[in-house]
Amino acid sequence: MEPHFGEGGKWSRLAPLYEMVDTLFYVPGTVTSTAPHIRDTIDMKRSMFTVIVALMPALLFGIYNTGYQADPGAGIMQNVRTGFFAVLPLILVSYIAGGLCELLFAIIRRHDINEGFLVTGLLLPMTLPPDIPLWMVAAGISFGVVIGKEVTGGTGYNVFNPALVARAFIFFAYPGEMSGDSVWSLADELTAATPLAVASSVQGTNAATLVSSAGYSIKEMFVGLIPGSVGGTSTMAILAGAVILIATRIANWRIMAGSLAGMVAAAFLANTLAPASQNTMLSLSPLHHLVMGGFAFGVVFMATDPVSASQTDKGRWIYGILIGALCVMIRVLNQAFVEGIMLAILLGNTFAPMIDYFVLRQNIAKRQKAYARQ
Amino acid sequence: MATRKNFSIVAGPLSRSNPITTQVLGICSALAVTVKVDTALVMSGALIFVLVGSNTIVSALRNLIPSRVRIIVMLTVIATLVIVIDQLLKAFLYDISKQLSIFVGLIITNCIVLGRAEAFALKNSMRESALDGLGNAMGYGLILLLVAAARELFGSGSLLGLQIVPDFLYAGQGGWYVNNGLMLLAPGAFIILGLLIWLQRTVTGYREE
Repeated sequence: MEPHFGEGGKWSRLAPLYEMVDTLFYVPGTVTSTAPHIRDTIDMKRSMFTVIVALMPALLFGIYNTGYQADPGAGIMQNVRTGFFAVLPLILVSYIAGGLCELLFAIIRRHDINEGFLVTGLLLPMTLPPDIPLWMVAAGISFGVVIGKEVTGGTGYNVFNPALVARAFIFFAYPGEMSGDSVWSLADELTAATPLAVASSVQGTNAATLVSSAGYSIKEMFVGLIPGSVGGTSTMAILAGAVILIATRIANWRIMAGSLAGMVAAAFLANTLAPASQNTMLSLSPLHHLVMGGFAFGVVFMATDPVSASQTDKGRWIYGILIGALCVMIRVLNQAFVEGIMLAILLGNTFAPMIDYFVLRQNIAKRQKAYARQ
Repeated sequence: MATRKNFSIVAGPLSRSNPITTQVLGICSALAVTVKVDTALVMSGALIFVLVGSNTIVSALRNLIPSRVRIIVMLTVIATLVIVIDQLLKAFLYDISKQLSIFVGLIITNCIVLGRAEAFALKNSMRESALDGLGNAMGYGLILLLVAAARELFGSGSLLGLQIVPDFLYAGQGGWYVNNGLMLLAPGAFIILGLLIWLQRTVTGYREE
């Protein structure tokens, strides 16, 4: 079978396709021939697969929650069934449309199909409202793969997280399907505002009071039985994923910890400023910020993308803090964008190389000083 | 005369040395006036007028202009032409001139105009300078029209104000289609422009050093 796809074989242009299937089912037979040698069986495919596993709790809970938001009284099995048939098409469309773009570029540019796409293709539908038209998912993921990744040279060279580029495209291109009160529930007659939208809905009233009087307790929001994107509502399920990612060291804990620290600090700062301002979003506690909206999902699964994040340990802290603080700032100060985490991470991606640059420069300066003292 | 050299003066800026996609000049107005095709059309017309005029006049004066004050002289020529075209648009195309607002006036600061005067008109004959101005302005206009056509088609579903996407396709009228709001924002123009540059460089093989 393989010779057909090799150099000069009759299907040599389709080699990426063969390679993809081959390495998915078998451990590659090639070993690293140039230094450095890392004694580990892990490759991109295994690490991306771990991320998929880590996404499972949030996805499964999201499927249940999607059904639950459509009809809270229908019982668990019915809810799971409704949710499953609503979420599955989103994921399928995302994988097929994005996969075709990926394949096209792999064939034209003669590189291998990259496993990172398995994660991108799943991340995007999990950040969308369950009710979104399928063609928008297809348009979004194609944009994410081409503009977010392939224009800058493919996986490993992307400046931004491709799934977030895709989401940002849908968000700005079709705002009517991505925000407002009617998109978060499958049932058309049900309007359900997300807790973040509720919190910013009435000026002059305490935001935390608004949220709790709309029936959203902290505990409920932590568990995740609230209207929101498919995979992003349950902080609990996302934490389970975070534990997997940190335990296997696939994602870097410094980024998550930094984001949390930045978010808490910015929220406290906002709280101290709150009495002096008309803006009631200022008074939301850090705990609210943690459990509402997509903060947890973004920080755990998107900010930690190894390609678009900072690469140095100190840089990761700065990058994380920047994202956490920016997220609170956008949520609180710019109420046209209720959900701040997407833009915060994209901005963080923009600054990541610069942060690394300064961390490296500082380290070089430190070492030079130490050298001069000798 | 229609010699090979004259032809390449006009045709070069249309693709190979296009002021927008190759030299990346005049981006500001390319982003600002390309939401609709009609504004882009008028803007291109205005630039053709100014660039041909300024190149011809600067070339005619090229042996009289002291090189120390040449920038001031060239800007005076350009500003005069811009004011003339601005007043003409206000008189005859008032609606579009309102939509173009400040951007006709800003042709004065368009790098293409001063760039061609400095790089070409100061050193070449009147006829060649006029042709160079025509070529560059048309190269600018071509890109403007392409970007505007893409933005109007995807952003508003129309071209030159004519509905292209049929009504029954739209969500709310029995269909499913929704116009792409990103195309109405400036980043939409950036993306289209980027894709055009990508396409052109793939075709011509041009590389930035």
